[in-house]
Amino acid sequence: MTAEQAIFLFISFVILFSGYLMVTRANLVHSALFLVVALFGVAVIFVLLDAGFLAVVQVLVYIGAIAILMIFAVMLTRGNATEEQESVNTGYGWALLLSSLFAFALIVMLGQWQEIDALAPALSAERDTIVELGTALVSPDGYVIPFEVASVMLLAALIGALVVARPQKKGK
Amino acid sequence: MSFWQDPVNVIGEWIRSFLAGFLPEAWVTFLYTLLSVVIVASFGLIIVIFLIWLERKIAARFQDRLGPNRAGPFGLLQTFADMVKLVTKEDVIPEKADRLAFNIAPILSVVAVLLIWAVIPFASGWIGTDLNVGVLYIAAVGSFGILSVLMAGWSSNNKYALLGAFRAVAQLISYEVPMLITLMVPVLLARSMGMMEMVQDQDLWFIVLAPVSGLIFMVSSIAEIGRTPFDLLEAESEIVAGYHTEYTGMKFGMFFAAEFLHAFTIGVLFAILFLGGWRGPGAEEYRVLGVVYLMLKGLFGYFIVMWVRSTLPRIRIDHMLSFNWKFLTPLALTLLILTALVEKIFEGSAWRVPALLIGNVVVLVISFLIVRVVSRRTAKERVTFKKRPEARPA
Repeated sequence: MTAEQAIFLFISFVILFSGYLMVTRANLVHSALFLVVALFGVAVIFVLLDAGFLAVVQVLVYIGAIAILMIFAVMLTRGNATEEQESVNTGYGWALLLSSLFAFALIVMLGQWQEIDALAPALSAERDTIVELGTALVSPDGYVIPFEVASVMLLAALIGALVVARPQKKGK
Repeated sequence: MSFWQDPVNVIGEWIRSFLAGFLPEAWVTFLYTLLSVVIVASFGLIIVIFLIWLERKIAARFQDRLGPNRAGPFGLLQTFADMVKLVTKEDVIPEKADRLAFNIAPILSVVAVLLIWAVIPFASGWIGTDLNVGVLYIAAVGSFGILSVLMAGWSSNNKYALLGAFRAVAQLISYEVPMLITLMVPVLLARSMGMMEMVQDQDLWFIVLAPVSGLIFMVSSIAEIGRTPFDLLEAESEIVAGYHTEYTGMKFGMFFAAEFLHAFTIGVLFAILFLGGWRGPGAEEYRVLGVVYLMLKGLFGYFIVMWVRSTLPRIRIDHMLSFNWKFLTPLALTLLILTALVEKIFEGSAWRVPALLIGNVVVLVISFLIVRVVSRRTAKERVTFKKRPEARPA
């Protein structure tokens, strides 16, 4: 077993275990904190895949947003989110069914893939992945349309949030 | 490379070959990396001891005092005395506190700052790891700092601590926006997100090409470290001590050390992004000189932070938010667009530098004019003396 495999196994265990803890904790803030651990584990997986940019963005976007999530957890629950609540709601049967179906489909698909145990070819040192990613995102034969559509959608969400949060004018 | 030109790499090579004598290749790499991590992290932690003394001394000069002057020459040993005091104090954990989060939070706050030092280019060829996404990494690591503040505030189970944490999140997340946008300006100018390339590209310091962006970076960084005038998250006169109200002994010491180190780190980052980093006469040949230049420039940035801290009063919370969202963020966005346009239009032309400089000045003047016009139009609430029914002499 190479060092990379050992790290991968360890990190996968950490992700799965903290994911399990996240959905079973009665305390919402604890759930959010375990979510941080799980998301950080995913960032480590990205590093193992030589995807430094994705790893950094994973930390920046997801772990950065957890703070906001925790604020909501504290503000929207009674008594500073210290009260123990039932962590499983009545729809868990459907969730269980759908997630096991999805897992089954994934296992079947990956099982049919011939090159599943092939090693990824090493990146040559001259190729600057970040530059290639950047040009692919904005070049017309790359991903410029999905990129722009996503930008417009985010802008719409931003404006929508502003409209909702805007104070009502007097007399209405 | 002789020893005097590059002592670190010469010693490093010697250690490598020494270890390779009796260990397999993978272990040598592992131990060598571990050693580098320990050195870079210890550098940050040790420099804090000096920084605390320096800041107390300089703050004292601003306030016409002497500052620490009893322990050792010029009070140099004062910080060691304080450390002994903090370590020997009783470690109190509130009974209803969330123990795990309460204990992790101070460690996380130090780690969040130390992680930045991994991508700091100390001198030519001296860098922890030259990530090709260095600038973005710095922003990402900052989110651990926010998390530690929130964990500390929530786990203390104290309403003042929680209020402090709420204020902290409002402030830190808001000021992260203009900071991230201005970080993109040096990236555009250097055409790279790697810290080393950023320094190597600064034949002309970026502060000349993007003075207003440098200013915005400095202001939003001061807000990120939560120092006066942005110290709402630990405003003594309002919410006791904010998020670290319940912390005692060395756990408080860790928040304290993290804040000082963060302030200096901001100075160093300012030096790298806008003041040419380690560059200076002779820094390419004698690399130790590069470290000296970087530290001097970093201390200059740190001095600005201290200067602002000793001069300005605390800003009100609604002013803090409007200043960010209605002034800094639009200004930063305009500057980013301007820099991108000018860089493309004047690419390779001799007019690039003057165009960027003039563009910056024009944007700054226009934004101040807009602020003037708007502030004249909006009616101000006049604060006057009101006769109150109670507590009046008969």
